[in-house]
Amino acid sequence: MKKDLKNYSKEHLLFLKKRKINLAIVWALRVGLLLFLLLFWELSTRLGWADPFLTSSPSRILNTIGALYQEGTLFYHIGVTLLETVAGFLVAVAAGCLIALAFWWSDLLRRVLEPYVVVLNALPKIALGPLIIIWFGTGSKAIVFMTIAVGLIVVIMHMLSAFLETDPNKILLLRSMGASKLQILRKLVIPSSLSAFISMLKVAVGMAWIGSIMGEYLVSRAGLGYLIVYGGQVFKLDLVMSATVILCVLAAAMYFLVVLLEKILVKNTDN
Amino acid sequence: MKEKMLSFDDVKLIYHTVRGEVTATQNLTFTVDEGEFVAIIGPSGCGKSTLLSLAAGLLTPSEGKVFCRGTVGYMLQRDELFPWRTIEKNLYLPLEVKKQLSPETKERARALAEKYGLKEFLQSYPSQLSGGMRQRAALIRTLASEPDVLLLDEPFSALDYQTRLNVTRDVSMIIRSEGKTALLITHDISEAISLADRVIVLTNRPARVAHEHPLDFDGETDPLRRRENKQFSAWFELLWKELNA
Repeated sequence: MKKDLKNYSKEHLLFLKKRKINLAIVWALRVGLLLFLLLFWELSTRLGWADPFLTSSPSRILNTIGALYQEGTLFYHIGVTLLETVAGFLVAVAAGCLIALAFWWSDLLRRVLEPYVVVLNALPKIALGPLIIIWFGTGSKAIVFMTIAVGLIVVIMHMLSAFLETDPNKILLLRSMGASKLQILRKLVIPSSLSAFISMLKVAVGMAWIGSIMGEYLVSRAGLGYLIVYGGQVFKLDLVMSATVILCVLAAAMYFLVVLLEKILVKNTDN
Repeated sequence: MKEKMLSFDDVKLIYHTVRGEVTATQNLTFTVDEGEFVAIIGPSGCGKSTLLSLAAGLLTPSEGKVFCRGTVGYMLQRDELFPWRTIEKNLYLPLEVKKQLSPETKERARALAEKYGLKEFLQSYPSQLSGGMRQRAALIRTLASEPDVLLLDEPFSALDYQTRLNVTRDVSMIIRSEGKTALLITHDISEAISLADRVIVLTNRPARVAHEHPLDFDGETDPLRRRENKQFSAWFELLWKELNA
């Protein structure tokens, strides 16, 4: 239905206007808060309330990022971390979904392997650090593996519970039509798990960043996690803060990509 | 002589759980003839839905025989339309599952939808339809694959009273004008009386047939008119007593 402004009552137009103003206030406050914090941070170092050697400051962060850019290493470090994160994320999501499908398909498989999944989920993956270094060396391979290890089990558990929650009445309906298991999977289980898939992606994005940065803390020679560890070791807190800020921006960007994907997928399927 | 479409012959069904076994039905015998609309009522928890699963061949009886001539179409309490499909695509679902999707079968499904007032909703999603319209769409979906026997599992119980009366009338009209054989399971006595050619009353678990009554109403099949008929309250009283016996 087309919205025709002329057909609305005055009261409704007022209501719409109020909503618009409300939204504007929220955004103004959001941005304002950020600006205030940055300004406060900057001023407190300038006025000597805080020691910029310990707290860094927005201007020093900008300078550090600028310096990295001039050295030509900024995008190299970003690229390394981004690649590791995205590769680990994609593999964890793909493999996790496939394993969850296999568990849905075979009750026996699921019942046999469930306790293993539960234990692996509880295990802090960082404990695998030394093993991963020995098995995969100290390059990107080890970091990607760590990323997968952190994300995989979460993906499996999330998707499996979505698959198992498929409406039993809809399954009954399909069975009464004579549907095969594959048909039930394709026509019902997978499409009805779409929203769970999206929410799983949101969780998995966060997990992937945890995995890749943790991996870089352990073994790396490049990447944002490496910059953070290196900066910490040589007490260059400007570097630590700069890498952290970049990380914030990248993680947010990846999250919003998922939100965008959600908008595209969900628009075509549901109202 | 009308043909037998569905028959239960001395059927026994045992449910097995870890805690033990439950005999859902025993010595259950009845038939449904071609074009007949039969309603089954029974005390709650007597395994009414089990009956439909047996009829649809989703469960195998422990003893006895279930016979069904031709294919069945199942209609459940809720419409169970898939929210990510348009109404049109929902109507095609049984055709897809049975690998009968062709321009002709699609056309037939669309024609049914048009005939029964769903034309303007074909491109809508289920969430855009009222409860009554959704249940009507569910019936058209059930009819789309041209089943020989309709199995109705309390298909109106999720609707509010007003909608329910209207949808009951709709569904009855559609089923009768398509000349379908139908088996309705319900706990609602007045629904059974207003719809069926014959009412079967089941006993408590293990369920078997306690009473059977052909309903005539002098050929009246409109559920709302039947409710106004003098016979209605008499039947209601009788069935009420038999159910609570």
